[in-house]
Amino acid sequence: MSWVSKTLNSTLGRKLLMALTGLFLILFLVVHLAGNLQLLIPDGGESFNIYAETMAKNPLIRVVSIGNFAFILIHVVYSIMLSRYNKAARPIGFAESKANTNSAWASRNMGILGTLILIFLLVHLRGFWYEFKFGEIPTAVYEGVTYKNVYLIVAEAYSNPLYVLFYVVSMGFLAFHLSHGFASAFQTLGLNHAKYSPLIQKVGIGFSILIPALFALIPIMMFLQA
Amino acid sequence: MNLTLKIWRQRNNADKGGFKEYKVTEVSKDMSFLEMLDVLNESLTEKGEDPVHFDHDCREGICGMCSLYINGKPHGPLQTTTCQLHMRSFNDGETITIEPWRAKAFPVMKDLVVDRSAFDRIIQAGGYISVNTGGVPDANEIPIPKTVADKAMDAAQCIGCGACVAACKNASAMLFTSAKISQLALLPQGQVERKTRAEKMVAQMDAEGFGACTNTGACEAECPKGISITNIARMNREYFTAVVSSENL
Repeated sequence: MSWVSKTLNSTLGRKLLMALTGLFLILFLVVHLAGNLQLLIPDGGESFNIYAETMAKNPLIRVVSIGNFAFILIHVVYSIMLSRYNKAARPIGFAESKANTNSAWASRNMGILGTLILIFLLVHLRGFWYEFKFGEIPTAVYEGVTYKNVYLIVAEAYSNPLYVLFYVVSMGFLAFHLSHGFASAFQTLGLNHAKYSPLIQKVGIGFSILIPALFALIPIMMFLQA
Repeated sequence: MNLTLKIWRQRNNADKGGFKEYKVTEVSKDMSFLEMLDVLNESLTEKGEDPVHFDHDCREGICGMCSLYINGKPHGPLQTTTCQLHMRSFNDGETITIEPWRAKAFPVMKDLVVDRSAFDRIIQAGGYISVNTGGVPDANEIPIPKTVADKAMDAAQCIGCGACVAACKNASAMLFTSAKISQLALLPQGQVERKTRAEKMVAQMDAEGFGACTNTGACEAECPKGISITNIARMNREYFTAVVSSENL
C-alpha cells in the first residue's frame, strides 16, 4: 500500500486529510448545537439531561464520538505538520508585505485561530465532557428513572461572567476559522464549479456566522436567567 | 520624479545580503519600472559600482522573465508584470522597496535574480505530450468545444514568472503547477499521459520544496495573467483521481 502513504504524505494528500476531517467537524458542530439548544428549554434541564444520557449510552454515538476525537487529533496534527512545512518553504521572509490587499486575514491565520479554538476545546472538555464521564455529578429523577444532572454543571459554569466571556470570544474565533475553512475544504477536495461554488461560498459565510452565534447565545441566555 | 530606492543587494547565493538605499532623480512618469532601474544602473556603472542585477527579457509582458517584489507586492501595485508597470503608479519623493522572490525553491543568485529552474523541472516531470503530433491538422478535425478550448487557453496563459509563489504565504507553486496540468488535461492531446502527468508533476512540485496551498487566493489576485484558482481545484481532482486509478504503484 505504498501508494496510499505516498499520497497522504504529499502536500495534496495532507490537505485532503485537513479538508475531510474539517468537514466532519463542521457536521459535528451542527449535531452538537442541536443538542445544546435544549439547554434553553425552560424545564429545569429535564430534556437536556435525558438527551445527554441517551447519547452517552447509544453504541453508535459512542463509535462516532471516538471517530470525532480521532478526527480532531488528525486535524490538529496535520495542521502542525503543514504549518511547519509551509514555514520551511520560505526561510527568509519579505521585509515588506501587503498581503491584506490580496487575501482575507482569516485565510492567512487559520493556524492561530485553530490554536485558540483548541485551547477553548481543552477547557471545554475538561469542564463538561470529563466531568460528565468521570466526575461526581448530582442526579435528577424523571418518571422514576435516575439521570446525571449535567444541566446543573452547565448552569453553574455559565453563572460565572468570565466563563461566559471566554465562551463568547472563543465562538468569535470559531466564526473566523469557519469563514475560511468551510469553502476552503470544498476547494481542496477539487469541488469548484461555476454553478455551486458561489453557493458554497455564501453558505459558508452564513454557517460561520449562524452556528457560532447560536452556540454563544446559550451561555449568554443561561447567565441572564441565573 | 525623485525617488529613494531600497534595494536588496546580495553578492551571491552564499552571501547574507541586505538592503541598500539609492537616490534616483529626474525619473519620467512614462518610464517603465525596468527603465527606471536601467537609469539607476547606468549611474552606478559610471561611478564604477556594481549595477543592480535583475531578470528581464521581452519587456512586453509575455515572457515571464521579470520578477521583483515591489512595495510588498509581486510585480508591484498593479496586476501586471514589472516590465509593464510604469512610474506613474508611484508618487514623487516616494521610497520604493524592491526585494527578490522569497522561497526555498527559488534561491537568490545575485541581488534580485532568483533561480526559477524548479519550475522547469516541474514541467520536465510531465508537462508535455510524448506522442508525435505530426503536421498541423485541418481546422476542426479534432472537435473541442469552445468553452473547453477557452479554459485550456486561460490556463496556458501562465508565463511561469513565479509571482504566485511570491504572493503565497506558504511559497506554494500550486497555481503554476495546476495551470500546467490543466492546459493539457482539458485537451484531447493530453489524455494519454493525463494520470501519470498529474502524479509526477505534483511529486516534483513537492520535491522542490514549495509549500502547500491554504486557499487564501493571494496567487490569483496577484497573477499578472489572471490565472484562476479553479485550476488548483482541477489539479486536486486530477491528482486524487490519478492516484486511486492509475496503474503506477
